[in-house]
Amino acid sequence: MPREEEVPALAIEQLNFRYPGTAADALKKISVTIMPGERVALVGPNGSGKSTLLKLIIGLEPLQSGSISVYGHTSTSCRHRVAIVPQRSTVDWGFPVNVQQVVLMGRYVHIGWMKRPKKEDIEAVDKAMEMMNITNLAKKQIGDLSGGQQQRVMIARTLAHDADLLLLDEPLNHVDINTQELIFHTLEKLSGEGKTAVMSTHDLGILPVHFSRALFLDAEIIADGAVSEVLTAENIARAYGFEFHGKPEEHQWLNG
Amino acid sequence: MVEWLIEPLTYGFVVRGLIAGMLASISCAMLSTFVVWRGMAFAGDAMAHAILPGIVLAYILGISYFAGALGASVIAVVGIGLISRRGKLREDTAIGVMFAGLFALGILMMSKVAAFQDLNHILFGNILGVNTTDLTIMSVVAGIVVLATALFYKELLVTSFDPAHSAAIGLSPELIRYGLLSAVALTTVMAVQTVGIVLVLALLVTPAAAASLVSRRLSRIITLSIVFSVAATIAGFYGSYYLDFASGPSIVIVLTLIFIICWMSQFFKNWLLKFAF
Repeated sequence: MPREEEVPALAIEQLNFRYPGTAADALKKISVTIMPGERVALVGPNGSGKSTLLKLIIGLEPLQSGSISVYGHTSTSCRHRVAIVPQRSTVDWGFPVNVQQVVLMGRYVHIGWMKRPKKEDIEAVDKAMEMMNITNLAKKQIGDLSGGQQQRVMIARTLAHDADLLLLDEPLNHVDINTQELIFHTLEKLSGEGKTAVMSTHDLGILPVHFSRALFLDAEIIADGAVSEVLTAENIARAYGFEFHGKPEEHQWLNG
Repeated sequence: MVEWLIEPLTYGFVVRGLIAGMLASISCAMLSTFVVWRGMAFAGDAMAHAILPGIVLAYILGISYFAGALGASVIAVVGIGLISRRGKLREDTAIGVMFAGLFALGILMMSKVAAFQDLNHILFGNILGVNTTDLTIMSVVAGIVVLATALFYKELLVTSFDPAHSAAIGLSPELIRYGLLSAVALTTVMAVQTVGIVLVLALLVTPAAAASLVSRRLSRIITLSIVFSVAATIAGFYGSYYLDFASGPSIVIVLTLIFIICWMSQFFKNWLLKFAF
């Protein structure tokens, strides 16, 4: 029996995926292992399969071939350990729910189907809201908040969820700088506690500061490793389809 | 006044009609909130039309119209699912195809067998034509719909707001969606008796639309929807009894008036606030 730290938080093997009715694979031969405590950035151009990969992990799209396991279990049997902050466009922000109700959704997997929340659930919700500095917004409609506030609510929801593997799909879009810092601060704290985070992002500049590892995706994995190794001009050019013409020192920031 | 209210209730068929109307309006109002906020109005309307061939077939065979309507609604839900599932067509397209096809089939069958009066009742409702068997089935269906909505409130909430999160915690948004669609189908079948096929949509949309203008809390929207819907049914019912109006349009007109009042009240609230500060 291996110790908990030796079991990968996420292990993906030979994953292929194609959307029905399309001619090309959205994901090709994806194999990747992520250990507990890692903070992984998932980068790549639009349509490179970042969201698709995250959807497959949570089971929003059905597995076609290959395997995904979470802490040694098939991902479908390990629901309580995976949380997602979905891409903003997939959430119905106009739906009439308030902040507290949304954060409570993080507790649903613990509450169980068809049951009502208990005292410990309410406490977890209060604590999560406090950590994300949104206690004063508890009774506000989610649709009335700013983008940054909404994203703090979503992070509070994953805190209430108390999952071990956090998936974040472009959480920094439409987010103010304070919220961005709060999100990274929270992720760093969580990974210090042994939790794992995978975040997709377009903002390459923040990578060297906040992530221990980067995964460059363009249907297949182009590069995987330390941020400085992954974010080379060649990889970026390959993935985004353009060449850097500047002198090497001009894109030095990309290499951390 | 009291006499005026009680007089109709001395007849068995009138009491049955009133109870049937209440059952239908409560179930519709309960689902109305989700129909409105999830944008399922078209699906609800389609469902109401698609059950027509089932009702006509039941009429021909002399069985309970309820059984026929249920059968047709199952075919419609499964058909929509099969056509849109992972295919090239969008779901509203699939709904459109099934809706028109089944409704046309129903009209065709009706033109061959039923007398005009029956046609009228199916299309526009006949609240006073409910028999005891229908009422028993309606009570069971209403019970199921209300209970299911209450039990799965949390699940409906999370799948409506954030399907990705619900998938992550092991709750299939697809499953809940089909569950909701089935509940809408059941309710539609029930409401056809009181307001008729053409106007079922009003019971599925207007209560929550009106309530959403007054409140933004989901639980309050549901409660208000039920109040509006029941009030409209009672008012429409007496209108139908004393003024000899068709029950369906009477109920829908009252409901629409309630909507207009809510809309106006919202306007006046804003207007008053503007002057108060």
